[in-house]
Amino acid sequence: MSSIPDDRRYTDHDEWVKWDGEVLRIGITDHAQSELGELVHVELPEVGETVGAGDEVCEVESVKAVAQIYAPVAGEIVEANEALEDEAESINDKPYDAWIFALRPSEPSSVDALLDAAGYQARLDNA
Amino acid sequence: MVPFAGFEMPVQYTGLVKEHVATRTAVGLFDVSHMGEVRVRGAGARMALQRLLSNAILRLQDGQAQYNAMCNHQGGVVDDVFVYRVAGDDFVVCVNAANRDKDFAWMTENNTVGDVTFEDEGDAWAQLAVQGPRAVGVVEALTEGLSAGALGRHRFGHATFAGIPGCIVARTGYTGEDGFEVFLPSHAAAPAWAAVLEAGEEVGIAPVGLGARDTLRLEAGNCLYGHELTDETTPLQAGLGWITKLRKPGGFIGSDAIAARRQTDSQKLAALVVRGKRIPREGMDVLVGDASVGRVTSGTKGPTVGRGIALAYLDRDASVPGTEVTIDVRGRREVAEVVEGPFYRRGTTA
Repeated sequence: MSSIPDDRRYTDHDEWVKWDGEVLRIGITDHAQSELGELVHVELPEVGETVGAGDEVCEVESVKAVAQIYAPVAGEIVEANEALEDEAESINDKPYDAWIFALRPSEPSSVDALLDAAGYQARLDNA
Repeated sequence: MVPFAGFEMPVQYTGLVKEHVATRTAVGLFDVSHMGEVRVRGAGARMALQRLLSNAILRLQDGQAQYNAMCNHQGGVVDDVFVYRVAGDDFVVCVNAANRDKDFAWMTENNTVGDVTFEDEGDAWAQLAVQGPRAVGVVEALTEGLSAGALGRHRFGHATFAGIPGCIVARTGYTGEDGFEVFLPSHAAAPAWAAVLEAGEEVGIAPVGLGARDTLRLEAGNCLYGHELTDETTPLQAGLGWITKLRKPGGFIGSDAIAARRQTDSQKLAALVVRGKRIPREGMDVLVGDASVGRVTSGTKGPTVGRGIALAYLDRDASVPGTEVTIDVRGRREVAEVVEGPFYRRGTTA
């Protein structure tokens, strides 16, 4: 099991959430990409959309399965990583670099309630 | 690992796409020991199978294998099977794992011919499939008593395989590639598996799981029972007219019903290639305009063809190659075109 970066937060749905200035960048964890297998398609969210915590935002698809990506906290989608439209496999190669979308949280402190690296590791260990 | 008809089977070993590509470009090794085998023997065996199955059983020669549908009285498909004429009145019928009990019951309850015995030999046999352009060299190196490379398509013979006597080596498969299926005594599965992996190492052999087995067969346009073939649909609807000999001597169980349904069955299996990037999946609705014209039975992204592909039962008018349809992919419409299957042929791509 590769190590889980401690510079960011995690959700119960295997997304990672990282501050970049005033916005959050969101991707999926190494565990998630390895469970899905080779990704072949990313359905990006609409920029400008307002979402609630836990809303389905977009989806990633491998040859064998599709997985929904959920908003970790409430906010507005401010950016989508269009490079992934042609290179979905970069999520497999570098899951912690390949952000999928950026979100401006309506309540920045809401991020503090998400799992930290140790908490996410513990969740994987108990799965 | 996922449970499958009483067997624990891996969806993938090293990665679905990697395993798929290895089979298309080099060689893949599949443990298909879950497949069932029914031994059919006796003076009445040929006539019994002729009546139970859809293809021209009487034309099968010793050492030849043939694809068949086993139909019910309404013309639906009980199972799709491969029949091996071992010698004279001795046949092995290879059946789908999930249908093993159903098939055995069907055969014994519906056979009306005397002098024939049916035995479920599913526990006695293991089966390995060695598939891909480099399969022939790997299998030849392990086979004694038979020239594997000299076998024609759908021909087989007895041999010692990987030092294990009493095996059957057949030039058959489900992947769209050249290759072999080897029947072994079940206790020999593990050593034979290891021997094939070792023999294939230098040509890039990969063990292949259920995931790539499905993408390979789908690209090759092969039907999968429970998806394209069901108790309700006829083999003609599934495009299996080439194994459905409605006029063979004596007919077969279901042949009259199939002939009668020919004009009335409204749907036919069609092959679809998606234009965009979304991937069709089983159960998705297929539309022309706003009208539903059918449903996807199998769908994936074909790793070799590089596109979203699907098989779907469509209303006859919509099933004509060239027709543009849309697939409802979780609420979004994806444009697809009906094509002449299969999506992949050895040496080319659709």
